[in-house]
Amino acid sequence: MELDSGNTAWMLAATALVLFMTPGLALFYGGMVRGKNVLGMLMQNIFAMGLMAVLWVAIVFSLAFGDAGNGGFIGNFDYVWLKDVVPALTDQEFLSFLTIPFVLFCAYQMTFAIITPALITGATADRLKFGAYAVFIGVWLVLVYAPIAHMVFGGGWLFDIGALDFAGGAVVHMNAGAAALAVVLVIGRRKGYPETPMPPHNLPMTVLGTGILWFGWAGFNAGSALAADGIAGQAIMNTFLAASAAMLGWLLVEKLKDGHATTLGGASGAVAGLVAITPCAGFVGGMAPLYIGLIAGAVCYLALGLKKAFGFDDSLDVVAVHLVGGLVGSLLLGFFADAAINPAVVNEGVFLGGGASLLWDQVVASVVTLAYSFVVSLVIAKAIDVSIGLRISDDAEDEGLDLSQHAEVAYAD
Amino acid sequence: MKLITAVVKPFKLDEIKTALKEAGVTGMTVTEVQGFGRQSGHTEVYRGAEYTIDFVPKVRIEILADDGDVDRLIEVLTSSARTGKIGDGKVWVTTVEQVARIRTGELGPDAL
Repeated sequence: MELDSGNTAWMLAATALVLFMTPGLALFYGGMVRGKNVLGMLMQNIFAMGLMAVLWVAIVFSLAFGDAGNGGFIGNFDYVWLKDVVPALTDQEFLSFLTIPFVLFCAYQMTFAIITPALITGATADRLKFGAYAVFIGVWLVLVYAPIAHMVFGGGWLFDIGALDFAGGAVVHMNAGAAALAVVLVIGRRKGYPETPMPPHNLPMTVLGTGILWFGWAGFNAGSALAADGIAGQAIMNTFLAASAAMLGWLLVEKLKDGHATTLGGASGAVAGLVAITPCAGFVGGMAPLYIGLIAGAVCYLALGLKKAFGFDDSLDVVAVHLVGGLVGSLLLGFFADAAINPAVVNEGVFLGGGASLLWDQVVASVVTLAYSFVVSLVIAKAIDVSIGLRISDDAEDEGLDLSQHAEVAYAD
Repeated sequence: MKLITAVVKPFKLDEIKTALKEAGVTGMTVTEVQGFGRQSGHTEVYRGAEYTIDFVPKVRIEILADDGDVDRLIEVLTSSARTGKIGDGKVWVTTVEQVARIRTGELGPDAL
């Protein structure tokens, strides 16, 4: 293999696109919180662009992609401190299909490691102590993200059994969703929830964030082809079509149940579709993304009821959108995976006549990801809670994150 | 001297201001306020969760007037602020003991 300038050009752009998703996510979430907490939310997200990048090059990239293809649970220390992460091709066998600079592959994967812990911030909105957040995502990246990324993307155990995850339905979305649920159970509900209304303070901000996420997702999914090829082309079409269909699915159910098609519903539906198509993006074709999106939009809307039914305060519905959306996409891949679209599909989906073999692998990968992420996240959150405390004081919560955590206000009177 | 206070629908403010100026009013103070009357609040829905919002945004207009102008100004205010729907607001009048113009030190009706 040689370096391919076309592939390299696309992956440079895709890396920038995925990085842009994190400030997009900040705005998406920031608009949904109350005005006294908006800077706290924005800060938690952009802070991930600081800390996660440094940890990634220091050690986490190596834990995820060192000794890739070992069929195991975790990588090794080969690439610690960017050792051998060169502007040339890598000589590592499992990654020998890459025709882009190894250092670019590392940078591209870094953008995933940045946004994944940032997704969790929606669940813990308005009450998570900033210092505790920093410690949590740092430890979480090493203990949770690294092994799951290795098992799925890095040729580890889940990759070996044949489970498919094109761009991170398990690694990013189910992983973040399960972690969000765990942290929410430790930190407890927002003060006054659910009796006190806590409506979004700036939905135009949320819509802008949705647009940035949608745009950036082109890099997330089509970039996961790791080349500028037919699979990337298929992936970008699938990504956009699923988002569109999921918006329609969400709005339809919302209109029938609540009587209105809301702006927040349209935005949330699109994101749910983007989440669900993530594992499928380069493995399905034709009208499959339309069905996946429609189902994801409707199911994620209905999943909003989970927090009421079980009494937890997942403030901005990370569980309903990311855990459930990721799960829906990963399982539907077991029905729609198409070898004609991507030769990496060994066992085709149920609807393509491949039987239930892939579906079973998807179930196993989903259960392992959810269980591992939930349990380890619960332990990390609990350990932080009993040591430095996870939650801000009652007074600080009344005052808001902006003033209590950062000594700033977003909107001067 | 009287203080006329009106709480009205925000989108009516321009129309009311024009009508009052035409009626000879030379000054007023306007404040953005929130509250509720018989209209009460409204319901908002975010991701399936319904919120009852009690406080509705309104505009409060304050005008100082001579006793003899009060009834005419109330009429101008009510007719320009009226939509006929619930939530149009209220106008009330209170007696003012003294008024001073800060620049000149004039007192009483001369300061209006």
